Amino acid sequence: MNPTWSRFNITSIVLGFAFLYLPIVLLVVFSFNESKLVTVWGGFSTKWYVSLFHNQGLMDATWVTARVAVISATVATVLGTLAALTLTRYTRFKGRMLFSGMVFAPLVMPEVITGLSLLLLFVAVGLDRGFLTVTLAHITLTMCFVAVVVQSRLITFDRSLEEAAMDLGAPPVKTFFQITLPVIMPAIVSGWMLAFTLSLDDLVIASFTSGPGATTLPMKIYSQVRLGVTPEINAACTILIAVVTVGVIIASLANKRREVQRQRDEQAAQRG
Amino acid sequence: MKSLGSIRRDFAPWNDPNAKPYIQFDKVTKKFGDFTAVNNLSLTIFEREFFALLGASGCGKSTLLRMLAGFEEPTAGRILLDGQDLRGIPPYRRPVNMMFQSYALFPHMTVENNIAFGLKQDGMPKPEIAARVGEMLKLVKLEQFAKRKPHQLSGGQRQRVALARSVAKRPKVLLLDEPLGALDKKLREETQFELMDLQQSLGLTFVVVTHDQEEAMTMADRIAIIDKGEVMQVATPAEVYEAPGSRFVAGFVGNVNMFEGKIAHGEAGSASIDAGNGITIRTENAGDAATGAAVAFAIRPEKIKISSTRPAGAVNAIEGEVYDIAYLGDMTVYHVRLDDGHVVRASTMNAARLAEDPLSWNDRAWVSFRPDAGVVLTR
Repeated sequence: MNPTWSRFNITSIVLGFAFLYLPIVLLVVFSFNESKLVTVWGGFSTKWYVSLFHNQGLMDATWVTARVAVISATVATVLGTLAALTLTRYTRFKGRMLFSGMVFAPLVMPEVITGLSLLLLFVAVGLDRGFLTVTLAHITLTMCFVAVVVQSRLITFDRSLEEAAMDLGAPPVKTFFQITLPVIMPAIVSGWMLAFTLSLDDLVIASFTSGPGATTLPMKIYSQVRLGVTPEINAACTILIAVVTVGVIIASLANKRREVQRQRDEQAAQRG
Repeated sequence: MKSLGSIRRDFAPWNDPNAKPYIQFDKVTKKFGDFTAVNNLSLTIFEREFFALLGASGCGKSTLLRMLAGFEEPTAGRILLDGQDLRGIPPYRRPVNMMFQSYALFPHMTVENNIAFGLKQDGMPKPEIAARVGEMLKLVKLEQFAKRKPHQLSGGQRQRVALARSVAKRPKVLLLDEPLGALDKKLREETQFELMDLQQSLGLTFVVVTHDQEEAMTMADRIAIIDKGEVMQVATPAEVYEAPGSRFVAGFVGNVNMFEGKIAHGEAGSASIDAGNGITIRTENAGDAATGAAVAFAIRPEKIKISSTRPAGAVNAIEGEVYDIAYLGDMTVYHVRLDDGHVVRASTMNAARLAEDPLSWNDRAWVSFRPDAGVVLTR
């Protein structure tokens, strides 16, 4: 018997994966349940998927969530990238420590506090709660994550690339758009994806800052579950899982292909 | 005729009082906070010169280059290029280009786009850019690599791309920051000669920063030796080696044996130096050192002869004991401990395959040298 597949190892793997994935598997299986009762198997059916697409409330919530996520992730990426640039480039300005602390504080701030304080602010300035306020709140939440991701890339960025571009005649703005931005783009894209995902599944802050007409999908699911879990929700969650899984698989495949290509290139370079 | 001149026989504008300086550092000081990187430094470089700034790391040589490129502004003093004060002119408007130590190739662009980058900034028409890029690729023998990205190239190829990119705009001055630092020894030697050929064929002014004295000696018309932000000596490689201006320069460039002593008797350039412990050195290169002056006598290892008996008629001969022998193939280096404890390094070219007068460890031996072999240093 192969020693790496000892009984102990197999048991640990089975237990570990069961712990991680059993709830999800159950959810997926019961989304195809014929019966209206969530925990009783009544045969295979896709009717909950059909009825899901006729559930206007859920569809509206999905649409709101998607728009909030795209807009907030995009704005947060721009702001976060600017913050990261400032923090790595202008290392000697007064109050830099304070500024960097303030940029990263939301990372560890309890969401309840962020949500509550934003709510107080919106009430104080008289902003009606709705689509705009959720989006603003999500920008606040996700901006610092983008800043962290982009900053870690900028720290290893070779400044002589920019100097070379300027030396060859490119003014600073052109240098930024032609050299700096393309080189740090992968970090910016992952920052955007992180922001998008955070916004997509945020419940706490959205609950505080959202208003009528701007219910996000997590809020909708949560409120429906409180009235009793319907197989429709299972179906909605299964679709979400499918989307995320496909996204992760595509991303890792692309990554792997790039890696293989890079290794092949390097070998070619060694030979040539 | 004996001389310590330039290797390019007809090129020595620094000896011509009417020659117009091309690059001038005029009392330049650069401070970073409390640290003075460059201290009241003046330096003149001529057109089409291959000029090397040589010094240990942190001596301020790279700061000089970066000030010339426009990445740093002098705290005080002026830098003139072709008569024009460069103060306030940003790097992207200076007619100089730089080859970076890290090469700084744009990773997201192909080789041709890297080379074309500077030309595009000038708004050169596309057909002309294509022609110039082709020319540059041919110059550095990378025609078949035009479509590759930098990470698909070997170190030597990247170095060539960086070089092609920096000369593509035909700058007035090319600045090279440790251009060969990342290459292995063999490739470095080949590339040194290629750089010299390139400089000759393009007729550009090259300013190279290096910590490698061999590199500077091989390539440069003149070398400036920099220490702690100040120029120690500016001279041709031969002058730097054979007529160093100070103890620092003598010790920095190549190997040297140094005897500290006093001028016992001197007139018209000749002198005897009392180096203590009964050692007296007679030299013809005392310059204007006065009797009684504290001086150092510096002599290169290859100018010292080593033999098992005292050579007949030798003016300077000192006895000692062979203490270490290093056989390097082309030459053998002997370390001889003189009777006063002073260790002298003597090297002998192995012109014949077998030595006539073999010396071994702990043998008694004589080191001898001609009166014109060494130099007297007062600084």
